[in-house]
Parts: sequence; C-alpha cells; structure tokens
Amino acid sequence: MRSLFERGLSLRTRLLVALGIASTLMFLDHRLNTMQPVRSFLNTVVAPVQYLAVLPEQIMERLVYLSQTRSALREENVALQEQLTELQMAVQRLNFLENENARLRELLGSEVRKTSRRMVAEVVAVATDPFSHQVVINKGSSNGVYVGQPVLDNRGIVGQILDVGRTTARILLISDQSHALSLRSESSDIRVIAQGIGNLNQLELKFIPHSTELQEGDVLLSSGLGGVYPEGYPVAEIISIDRDERLHYAQVNARPFAQLDRVRSLLLLWPENATEKPIYDHAADAAQGAES
Amino acid sequence: MMVKAGLIPLLISYVIALVFTVMPMPALLEPWRPDWVSLVLIYWLMAIPHRVGVGTVLIVGLLTDILLGSTFGVYASALLLISYPVLRHYQRIRHYALVQQALVVAILIFFKRVIVYEIEHVLNDAVFSVPYLYPVVSSALIWPWVFLALRRYRRHNHIH
Repeated sequence: MRSLFERGLSLRTRLLVALGIASTLMFLDHRLNTMQPVRSFLNTVVAPVQYLAVLPEQIMERLVYLSQTRSALREENVALQEQLTELQMAVQRLNFLENENARLRELLGSEVRKTSRRMVAEVVAVATDPFSHQVVINKGSSNGVYVGQPVLDNRGIVGQILDVGRTTARILLISDQSHALSLRSESSDIRVIAQGIGNLNQLELKFIPHSTELQEGDVLLSSGLGGVYPEGYPVAEIISIDRDERLHYAQVNARPFAQLDRVRSLLLLWPENATEKPIYDHAADAAQGAES
Repeated sequence: MMVKAGLIPLLISYVIALVFTVMPMPALLEPWRPDWVSLVLIYWLMAIPHRVGVGTVLIVGLLTDILLGSTFGVYASALLLISYPVLRHYQRIRHYALVQQALVVAILIFFKRVIVYEIEHVLNDAVFSVPYLYPVVSSALIWPWVFLALRRYRRHNHIH
C-alpha cells in the first residue's frame, strides 16, 4: 500500500481528467458520429460477455430438452408435422397467388416484386437500458449483416440493425424512442408514421387528424417508403384512438405484432436491392434461405 | 511488468458484473434487475481505493456503454460522478453497518440513474418512467449479500 504522501495527482484532478475523457468521447460519438469503427471493434471485443450471458439459459434449455420423455417428444413431433402440412398447403396457395400477381403486374407494366434472402439469428443479449430498446444477435459482419438491415420475427417486423461487430450485431427495436417507421393501414391504405415510445407493447401514431378513417383493430403493414423495411410486412394493430378535440391530433396507439418483450429467434432479411449478400455457416441453411 | 496479486480475480469480478447486466431475464423481473456494475465498483472503490480508482471506473463505464449500446461516455460519466464521494469517504463508509451502507448505495445508485437519465434526455430526448428507478430499491436490498460475497471473494483471493 502506498503511503499518504506519494499519491501523485489529487483525487479531484484525476476525476476531472477522466470526466473530460468521457465527455470528449460522448461528443465524438454523438455529435460527430466518428466512433463507428471504434464501436464496431469494441462490439467484437465484448461479444464473449454477451455469449457468456446466455450460457446459463442455453444449458438450462439443454437440460430441459434432455429430460424430456420420449412420448412427449413424439407428441410434439406429431403436432409439428400437422402444423407443417397445414403450412405447406398454405404455401402452395401462396405460390400460385404470387405467380399470378407477378403476371398481372407484368401485364400492368408495373415492376415485379423481387424475392429477398433471409437468415435465422438468435438473440444473445438484451440491453437493459430503458432509454434504448436494443437486442444483440449472434450474427455479424462475417455473415453479411449490414447496418440498416430489416429484422423480423414470425409475427412481424422487429427492428433494424444499428451496428455490426464481427460475430454479433445490435438491433434497434421499433419500440425505441428514437425509432419511427412508415406504415400503411391494410383496410384503408392510409399512410401513418409509427414512433416508439419506450414501451415494448406500444407504438404511437403521429400526426393523425381527428377526422381519420382509421379504426381500432386496423392492421398496419410496412409501407416500404422509408427504404429500410420492405413493403407489406405486418407491424402493428391499432388498439386505441382518442379523438380529444382539445389536442391538435388524435391520439392513436398501436400494439406491435412482434413479441418484442420475448424475442428469441429472429429473421434477418436481405432485400433484393441490398448490396450485401448473406454468408451462410452451413450449406443447408443457404438452400433454405434462398428459397423464398 | 509485474502483475499484482489478485489482478485476474479482480477482472473476473468486472466481467461477471457485466454479464449479469446483459443476461436475459423474465419480463416480470426485468425492471428490478440490480445495478450490478455499480454495486461491484462501489465495493472495490470502498475496499481497495488504492488499486481501483478513477481509471478503472472510466474503463468499466465505457465497456458498459458499449454493452448497453448507449452513447459513449454516458455510463462512464455517471459512474465517475458517483465514484467521487465513495473515494472521498471510503473510510467512513467502510465502518458503517450493512443497513447503513445499503442506504448509501441506494443514494449513490439513485444519483447515477438520475445522471444517466439527464444525459440521455439531453442527447436523445429520453422520456422518464418510474420503473427506471426500481433498481435503486433492488440494488439496496441485495447490497448486504453482494458485500459479504465480495468480501469473502477478496479475502479468498488475497486482493489488497
């Protein structure tokens, strides 16, 4: 232990120097946006922490899986087979409709919709900071993930990629306060802007006039106008419309379809016009991803 | 360069705190997650202030920023600001009873979260919600156990 008299700089000076460094970094990161390469590097550095964080859960899951009985698994298998058959039937119909739609669009002279490529990703960490709704997934630049890429789950749009490390990437959820996206009502084709309000189960629709034709229960699809999200994916459902005349606009709230509070498996989407291409770990995944 | 005894265990304790910070939890418990990084840092600042100082706080704070995806320096600044009173009065806090210490920890973590909120509010227009302060309560409640566990850990690994 050092004695009292050889301490070097005083505590206050050291604190001020450290605070100075922290504020400089804050300025560089927030105002000048010059930290992107550093962030990407550091994200790669802290990736092990994120993988460690999900390790207990994964071990638990493995144990639960191992302790499952044969009969339970068989039952589950049967149920899944049934589900698969149903979905296959639905897909046949969808393929037919898709082809027909493409033909009709050709006849009309409008652009044929292109297919996109996709990849499954697992969530490895959640950000606990309530001011930013983010999750981290186990795919990164080594898989072709890029900034601004749309991410979905099995029910709807989840968010977009915020920054990318080598083996991890960070997703900004649509419920984040800094996130807004352009939507279209399925029934009335009204365009709206949905902004996150920091609540995982709620989005706020901005600038809706009192005379709007929107109704509770309306399904909102992505409009494809922002350039980030492809058109036509379900995003949210209107749950309440408050036409308080004292306010400038009607207060409209919507609930996202995606289960943002328990995201596990997510789908990364590479729209046809994206310059990046997915890089699959296994050849089998590649065949699956290219199918759609 | 010589590695001082106990450096590795010290680093491990930071890594564990960071892991706990991003570990997925059931949605019900999520808002009550204790502020692990602050708890661990407060303990080390108080127990071995000649080793763990402002520099360590800065680095751990920046790592927290990266892990949570916040703007660089937000958590680092807040942690630095609460580390000052701890470093200033570590001798006094050390001799408090555990309950009293828990109260001090609650106040420190309250200020830390308020500082983070204020910075986020200025930078990103963050909106305040009451559940944001739940960890103040849960951290204070868990402090005695953190303290006892870390003291045993420190003695076991001869960190001084």
